[in-house]
Amino acid sequence: MRQASEWVWELPMSGQMRVPGRVYANPYIVGHVLDEVKKGEWNPLTQLKNVACLPGLQKYALALPDLHVGYGACIGSVGAMDLQEGVIVFGLVGYDINCGLQTFVTPLTRKDVKGKEERLAEELYRVVPAGLGIGGKVRLDKDRVDEVLERGAHYAVENGLGLKEDLELMEEKGCIRGANAANVSPEAKARFEKQLGTLGSGNHYCEVQYVEQIYDEEAAKAFGLFRDQLIVSIHCGSRGLGHQVGSDYLKVLEKAMPGYGLTVPDRELACAPIQSEEGQRYLSAVYAGINCAFANREVLTHLARTCFEKTFELKAEEMPMLYGVAHNTAKLERHRVDGREKELLVQRKGATRSFGPGREEVPEKYRKVGQPVIIGGTMGTASYILKGTRTAMEETFGSTVHGAGRTMSRVGALKQWTGKGVVDELARRGIIIKGHGLKGIAEEAPGAYKDIDQVIDVVHHAGISSKVARVRPLICVKG
Amino acid sequence: MSYELFEHRADIGVRGKGKTCEQAFEECAKAMFSAMVDVERVAPKKKVQFDAHASDLEALLPEFLNNLLYVRDVQGMVFSRFEVKDLRQGPGQWGLKASAWGEKFDPNRHEPKTEVKAATFYQLSVRKTPQGFVAECVVDV
Repeated sequence: MRQASEWVWELPMSGQMRVPGRVYANPYIVGHVLDEVKKGEWNPLTQLKNVACLPGLQKYALALPDLHVGYGACIGSVGAMDLQEGVIVFGLVGYDINCGLQTFVTPLTRKDVKGKEERLAEELYRVVPAGLGIGGKVRLDKDRVDEVLERGAHYAVENGLGLKEDLELMEEKGCIRGANAANVSPEAKARFEKQLGTLGSGNHYCEVQYVEQIYDEEAAKAFGLFRDQLIVSIHCGSRGLGHQVGSDYLKVLEKAMPGYGLTVPDRELACAPIQSEEGQRYLSAVYAGINCAFANREVLTHLARTCFEKTFELKAEEMPMLYGVAHNTAKLERHRVDGREKELLVQRKGATRSFGPGREEVPEKYRKVGQPVIIGGTMGTASYILKGTRTAMEETFGSTVHGAGRTMSRVGALKQWTGKGVVDELARRGIIIKGHGLKGIAEEAPGAYKDIDQVIDVVHHAGISSKVARVRPLICVKG
Repeated sequence: MSYELFEHRADIGVRGKGKTCEQAFEECAKAMFSAMVDVERVAPKKKVQFDAHASDLEALLPEFLNNLLYVRDVQGMVFSRFEVKDLRQGPGQWGLKASAWGEKFDPNRHEPKTEVKAATFYQLSVRKTPQGFVAECVVDV
């Protein structure tokens, strides 16, 4: 890797690479990456290089500062494909389709929650279904699953599980067009029948946070944020359905490749031409997964709001949506390449869209400042609200980082921390953790992640998103 | 015969060892469920059966594991005992017959850990060693 500018390292062309690789980083991030490279053959730089070998890729194979080794492509990567020559790649969407973050704001401040923290935490823990094997409160039959897949968050709202006003404030307005439930297997649908409105486990959470610092008054005002305000962020995705779609289409794509003369250096980079029958089928199934996750987060938002309604006698309407962002997606978007605007398939794996001011995809309310970009930290450290920028449009196909990125394995974290130890330590710092498994909490110990402030520093200074506010956790419900 | 979890940056590796390839697969399934629950506390009360097929022997491992995750989600069960039979290459594909014994998941009794969402091709390996067979891959959590 060679340093191309203050915040960008470049992986020069070699072997079968069709475009160079680019990593947004600082010396701290580079240190972590090289550490991972030293540890083994499966590492994020090899994966970035592998992605750069795919046909139709435009400009660069991109990696953001939360990068770490993933499946086929590294987590924190972006690939934009030409629609005629390009391919849709399994690894650039991944297993948890449209894992993402959704945040709503409240009129409350930290003072209002004083003395009621435990009550609120208990209520959230009771109401928000989380953890292994925990079903949702809504049961769907097969026809209803199809409706969710094709209508996304609109399904939730029409069934009284969300606010109509929320829809405008989600990527794709809560429903991506072109989803086809017929291209999703019965197995995938069956897995979702009990899972609408469930958090799952792993790194998923529902977190009550307070605004600790505002960096950009104008944007904060547009986003409805003020100092000390309580906000709620929900991180989760398409649950078992997304994973089943992923596993199913990994097989479909692998089988299709020889017919198109495609070979890939890693099985999880299985792909098909975007315009091929298999490619179009996979894309429409990914869209269905995207809608499934939109609906899931909307139901969870609804459930979290009910806890505030009960504890603070608020109305749902007093807790408007800030925004909902998607992390693992493939979307058709228009971007400039070689001075010409064209439609591309932008695939983000563990990356957030970061559209700048003026883009029509950004809700009108935010169009002057750029879209809100919500970045999840760990349960012990800060999270950030950023805004999308014009630089992101020019350099990263409107993309930025999605989280802190792990530095330590789950098995390693279990050796270093205990769940109880983590809960007690965070309690001393005023953070209540409600988890469905102590082991899962130890695995998610804040120390197992990169320093979020460093990660955000890179994207802020590189200009691919810009700091609006830093928030800190008060209550975190983990799966 | 033994099973273990191994390190991966973001997720978890599952490894099974056995005298035969079938046993290695069985142990690998046990490793995967040990990442989710305390398998010692899961009573082998109810049996489920399925066949799995894949293009090659290695791909058969995540296919087998993903089938178990499917049953877990749809039937709300967790498993502690596994049997793999007739693992062999057929015309154009590999296949196996699997049985798994377990019970309805009970969060109060089974010590829930992390939900495994999918078995992947990452660090996927099914190999013969001087001691027998090893089957391993990383699971996405």
